[in-house]
Amino acid sequence: AEGDLWTVAVAVFQLWIFVVVFFITLPAMFGLSLGVTSVYIQILVKLLEWATIRIQRGREEQPSVPAPLPNGIIERAEGSMEEEMEQLRRSRSLEGGEFALSDALYFCKKGLESIVDDQVTQRFSSEELASWNLLTRTNQNFRYISLRLTIFWGIGVFVRYCVLFPLRITLAIIGLSWLVIGTTLVGFLPENSVKYWLSEVVHLTCYRICARALSATIRYHNKENRPQKGGICVANHTTPIDVVILANDGCYAMVGQIHGGLMGVIQRSMVRSCPHVWFERSEMKDRHAVTSRLRAHVAAKTKLPILIFPEGTCINNTSVMMFKKGSFEIGGTIHPVAIKYDPRLGDAFWNSSKYNMVSYLLRTMTSWAIVVNVWYLPPMTIQDGEDAVQFANRVKSAVACRGGLLDLAWDGSLKRGKVKDAYKEEQQKMYSRVIVRQNSISATHTRRDDQS
Amino acid sequence: MGSRASRLLREEEIEEIKKETGFSHSQITRLYSRFTSLDKGENGTLSREDFQRIPELAINPLGDRIINAFFPEGYFVLVIFREDQVNFRGFMRTLAHFRPIEDNEKNKNPATEPLNSRTNKLLFAFRLYDLDRDDKISRDELLQVLRMMVGVNISDEQLGSIADRTIQEADTNGDSCISFNEFIKVLEKVDVEQKMSIRFLH
Repeated sequence: AEGDLWTVAVAVFQLWIFVVVFFITLPAMFGLSLGVTSVYIQILVKLLEWATIRIQRGREEQPSVPAPLPNGIIERAEGSMEEEMEQLRRSRSLEGGEFALSDALYFCKKGLESIVDDQVTQRFSSEELASWNLLTRTNQNFRYISLRLTIFWGIGVFVRYCVLFPLRITLAIIGLSWLVIGTTLVGFLPENSVKYWLSEVVHLTCYRICARALSATIRYHNKENRPQKGGICVANHTTPIDVVILANDGCYAMVGQIHGGLMGVIQRSMVRSCPHVWFERSEMKDRHAVTSRLRAHVAAKTKLPILIFPEGTCINNTSVMMFKKGSFEIGGTIHPVAIKYDPRLGDAFWNSSKYNMVSYLLRTMTSWAIVVNVWYLPPMTIQDGEDAVQFANRVKSAVACRGGLLDLAWDGSLKRGKVKDAYKEEQQKMYSRVIVRQNSISATHTRRDDQS
Repeated sequence: MGSRASRLLREEEIEEIKKETGFSHSQITRLYSRFTSLDKGENGTLSREDFQRIPELAINPLGDRIINAFFPEGYFVLVIFREDQVNFRGFMRTLAHFRPIEDNEKNKNPATEPLNSRTNKLLFAFRLYDLDRDDKISRDELLQVLRMMVGVNISDEQLGSIADRTIQEADTNGDSCISFNEFIKVLEKVDVEQKMSIRFLH
């Protein structure tokens, strides 16, 4: 009986590998799709819409559970400092006088508003959804709503963990091993066009297999604007998977720090077949060295476009934060790309302070799917009279506009660090101007001495 | 190891806070989830650092004074033990000052003044200036707060004359300080209800 069990297990395993190889891996290599994923997504979307309706109905019966408000929880006055101060002072009977005790009310209200709801800290945690996508992890206020919903959730757990997850892990392993083996083999060839073509094939295949491993559906728009050789591709950053998403449609030269462990093995073999730009940790600190190396890469117009994420850290895909000017000082043409993930089917954002890479990948592989839109924007170059910071902001606005994301001037590194004092000094300067202006105006009027 | 602070708020707690502050059920739940997201240490309380992590508050010239308002202070308390943490009740009690006045129901207990009355809102603003909590704003305190608001952009002399003028206009009993009643008089025409209220989107 034991022998039978063993033969059955082997047979199942062989069938499994057969399915994986012929139905997923091979078509991936040729960029074909059997259409299974799109059917799967359609079914899922219908299911989630049904679930949402049930939940909304359930919510009406349980008014104690508030619905999430994606646009913030308070009403904010959008006036400038000058306008608000003007309003505060209008009610004063005294004319002239540079400063009013009521001025503090403006800062007070602004401060309290930011304590209740601010624009920055929410960008470093996952977006709150207006509906629940049957993943417990995304549901903050889960209350038992109906038996049918719970059953569907249970089936969902089973499907995701026991059916999809093993499949995806197998694919990921195949994809990554193929990358390491393939690039090492290609690395032995002499530098000629055959090598470049083979390197492209290897890279593309691996990324396509990895995309299948995440059940990723990617829609590329405006393919005519795809980044060209010798250019720099910049995109908004949500997750390390951004690399897989972009590399499914073209070859890029990656830029980054060289790691140890498995990541390092992959990085080292990749650079054998194709000139990626890896830096040692010590080199990363030296901005000048980094810029000159990248500049050399771009100047050789035949090399693959560099892929850079100017935000410098992962943001939750509801906004675009400050683009650091370093990428925009290298020169060359900038090809901006906007990436927007559909949050309904899976949360792609990597909250690096909460989860490490491994648990993040596990969570992503047990989500329903990743649905993402990629827009290629027309190339941009620095204009005359524009400095790197202004250029960076211009590119950032274009990316935010295309991707339907909020354009914020705040720095993404606020995730970990404190805000610079310069911003507070700016506020103080603005306020000083308000007081001093009143002073110069009142100097020309005769002062009324009031008896109050 | 304690349990994560993302425990759900108990119904009794919500009811107590509702009675004390006047916030609605859904507002309390939302503010609780905001409180837990600010509580990086996950111990159910906020420290001053937790507040300073909010960039918009960190660049506010009166940011430190506003943060201070959350931490109960006073000579006695300061000497015995320094309150460096604020729990959710304290957080809500301070925020309650900023509820719009028209949200108060007509049948509130008239004996206790609600936290968001005009007088209490003005007291909150008064305390922004009154650094040592002695119930009057001295010239020195006014200068310090002015310095916080303008940074390095105005000279000492100019700032001094601004402070002198302000006290001269407000001071009625000649003690060169602004008492709370004098403060109220100066701000009597200001629409405090609107300027010191935060409206929630339901």
